[in-house]
Amino acid sequence: MIAGLTRYRIVVLAGLVLLAVFPLIANALGDPYLTVQATRIVIYAIAVAGLDLIIGFAGLVSFGHAAFFGLGAYAVGILAHHAMDNTTVPFLPFAWHGSLDGLVQFPIAILVAALFAAAIGALSLRTTGVFFIMITLAFAQMLFHFFVSLPTYNGEDGLNIWERSRFPGLDLYNDHHFYYLSAAVLVAVIWLLRRIVNSRFGVVLRAGRQNEQRLVALGVPVKRYRLVAFTIAGAIAGLSGALNANFVEFVGPSMMHWSQSGEFMVMVILGGMGSIHGALVGAVVLLGLEETLSDITEHWALFLGPILILVVLFARKGVFGFLAGRDPDA
Amino acid sequence: MTTMLKAEGLVKRFGGLAANDGVSLDVAEGSIHGLIGPNGAGKSTAINLLSGEAKPDEGSVTFAGSDITALPPHARAERGLQRSYQVASLFHEFTALDHVALALQTRAGHSFRFFTAARRDASLRDPARTRLAALGLEGLAERRIADIAHGERRQVELAMVLATDPTMLLLDEPMAGMGRTEREAMVTTLGALKGKVTILLVEHDMDVVFALADIITVMVKGQPIATGDPASIRADAAVRTAYLGDMA
Amino acid sequence: MTLPLLLEQTLNGFQLGMMLFLMASGLTLTFGIMGLINLAHGSLYMVGAYVGASVMMASGSFVLGVVGGMAAAGVAGVILEFAVLRHLYDRDHLDQVLATFGVILFTNELVKVMWGPQAIFSAPPDWLSQPVNLFGVPYPAYRIAIIVAGLAVTLFLRHLILNTRLGMRIRAGATNREMIGALGVNIGLLFNVVFGIGAMLAGLAGALAGPILAVQIGMGENILILTFVVIIIGGVGSVRGAFVGALLVGLVDTYGRAVLPQVLRALLPPSAADGIGASLSDIGIYLLMAVVLVVRPQGLFQVTNSR
Repeated sequence: MIAGLTRYRIVVLAGLVLLAVFPLIANALGDPYLTVQATRIVIYAIAVAGLDLIIGFAGLVSFGHAAFFGLGAYAVGILAHHAMDNTTVPFLPFAWHGSLDGLVQFPIAILVAALFAAAIGALSLRTTGVFFIMITLAFAQMLFHFFVSLPTYNGEDGLNIWERSRFPGLDLYNDHHFYYLSAAVLVAVIWLLRRIVNSRFGVVLRAGRQNEQRLVALGVPVKRYRLVAFTIAGAIAGLSGALNANFVEFVGPSMMHWSQSGEFMVMVILGGMGSIHGALVGAVVLLGLEETLSDITEHWALFLGPILILVVLFARKGVFGFLAGRDPDA
Repeated sequence: MTTMLKAEGLVKRFGGLAANDGVSLDVAEGSIHGLIGPNGAGKSTAINLLSGEAKPDEGSVTFAGSDITALPPHARAERGLQRSYQVASLFHEFTALDHVALALQTRAGHSFRFFTAARRDASLRDPARTRLAALGLEGLAERRIADIAHGERRQVELAMVLATDPTMLLLDEPMAGMGRTEREAMVTTLGALKGKVTILLVEHDMDVVFALADIITVMVKGQPIATGDPASIRADAAVRTAYLGDMA
Repeated sequence: MTLPLLLEQTLNGFQLGMMLFLMASGLTLTFGIMGLINLAHGSLYMVGAYVGASVMMASGSFVLGVVGGMAAAGVAGVILEFAVLRHLYDRDHLDQVLATFGVILFTNELVKVMWGPQAIFSAPPDWLSQPVNLFGVPYPAYRIAIIVAGLAVTLFLRHLILNTRLGMRIRAGATNREMIGALGVNIGLLFNVVFGIGAMLAGLAGALAGPILAVQIGMGENILILTFVVIIIGGVGSVRGAFVGALLVGLVDTYGRAVLPQVLRALLPPSAADGIGASLSDIGIYLLMAVVLVVRPQGLFQVTNSR
């Protein structure tokens, strides 16, 4: 065994390489559309990675993660909408006609998602267990219904995004550019989250998941740390939502629906909870399953349901856990 | 004699039952203060009231001169009031070394550090190893709590709590379920703390209590019925009737 | 708001409340006794609705349809418990949420395979389609029938829980499940019975809902969320809490939908007022649940249990 090269590291490295060369492989296979499909997977993986931080490491089962995903998407959608229409963005103390500039939209998307996550987290973390699950669901549903009712942005029908975000040196209408932007974001997010979970902050989260009472008795105000983790996860979901809005050129309340939250949770589990890397694997497995199964039968959900149940019951470590084994550095 | 911890008139009711009915305690700095009594006397409730995990219906708690009655558990621990549990309360996926390192980490103020890997942080790991070794526990350093025995877990819990350099310890039956050698080791460890760390020791093992304690309070049915040095407690008629029987 | 309108909305609120109670009573006991979060409870409701509507239309008999719906939901419940839920009792809530989410995905698709994607519209039977005159206000007899059915079930459950040995075990199990196991009660069997009753009540709710709501895929999820709101407000494990919570949520939701658009119409154009009004009612229910969770998480009628 070469020093430092464990099975775990090999798998992670292989994933990185695959991520980097995928468009080339797609072209070689004569199916450039694969790159587009891969972009979708990568975008979802970003949101899922943030969710793994709070579910897998902090032990907080949030059933409202899609709310922050949707908020990020709406931030981009609303700013783009007003920019195209040359109308004023409502509720601001100054007159502003939105923006098509990605360097303006994206930070705002992240900020909006983070603010809502901080507020929702502060209230939700006053509860635990199943109540936490229910209250995060409730807040997400409130936002969902709010956007459904908002006639300004077409309510349930959602907003079309007529022009993708502009970035210097990038053309988001170029499939390769979009893919590499998303992949770069994913790599950065995973790198950041891996640093976080191995840091002192991460130790506190992991200890809190195992025995909250003990950690509090040692003198650690656990709720504070969880709130920060919740906010970080929300911000990352907002970033993912901003990318997704561009990808589908649309934003609607369905992006905030609890079934979307459920989908994110499924990806966390399928990939392997408590690994961060599992986020990409989970997205590949779920979205990949959806694609392949729907080619076989239009009733693919008939198989997805039982597969999910079986994974939950018997294969908890998920696909990444199966491939890579235990993290030697954890 | 300076008082480190003072409880006055603590009352805690569960439904119609007063588990603590007017509990007052005075624990002198640097002393080992024993708290004994039959099962159901309310000793664990008293510990929970002192640690902040339970809120009293009446009464107050003063620690190092300040009123801490309204303080939540983590704030009390930050001030140096640490505890152990009847069943060792630990992090089962972590190793013994992880526990002591975590304790040292809590002394650093806050843990909002996101980039340095904690497991490779020598400023935490090296002192943690030293502390484990000082208690003869270096063999447990890399063992996960889930994989070690009950008695060893107790020792790890004590090591962890001592690593926070506490001012005072609330120990809830630390000898329970321990074998003879382990018991003797713990008595030595606790004895060595006298004068440096104030200890309130809830115990059923009378030999241990009478050997270690400077002062003993006896609780029966939610109330203290006698307080004094071991000899006077042994001789106290009310205590004998209520609790010790033929043991003294 | 005129008096007849107030009476009508109040009755509507009771009717929704009774439907919610049918759903919530089973769910609160499942969660209270076994600590099991079951997202698939809504799917049992959907099964009851689909089978109920089909039997009603095939046989021409409303009562037969209701019985059929209840029976189908009961059978589906037994299969569900045996195949999936049985393995989840010892698992944490995340596993339960994910696994029962998988059940929802499967059941929704199964229904689509068997009945197709289109919604089914049925109507109340002739003998219940005439309006009844209540204090001068005409009110649909069918909705009265739902209220009556709900009250009958309430009395039945009340008798069961307060006056029978089974009920005593249920109450004990809801407060301390380990203890009654230690006392020799066959907790597995107890749970099967409780779950079966809950499943049939969900099926009953679904079958009764068919004639007034659209029978469609996803109907289970809509009512499931409201049901969770009810049991959180009422207190997990308490059937009495489920009753009070269901009435509360039913009334708040109904009044909200009736009053809010009117209030908003004074401020906004009618189409916007109706749209926003409906969503505000939805938001209001969730807001109510969030407030309860933050202020008094144990609900109105606390029933303690280890989990």
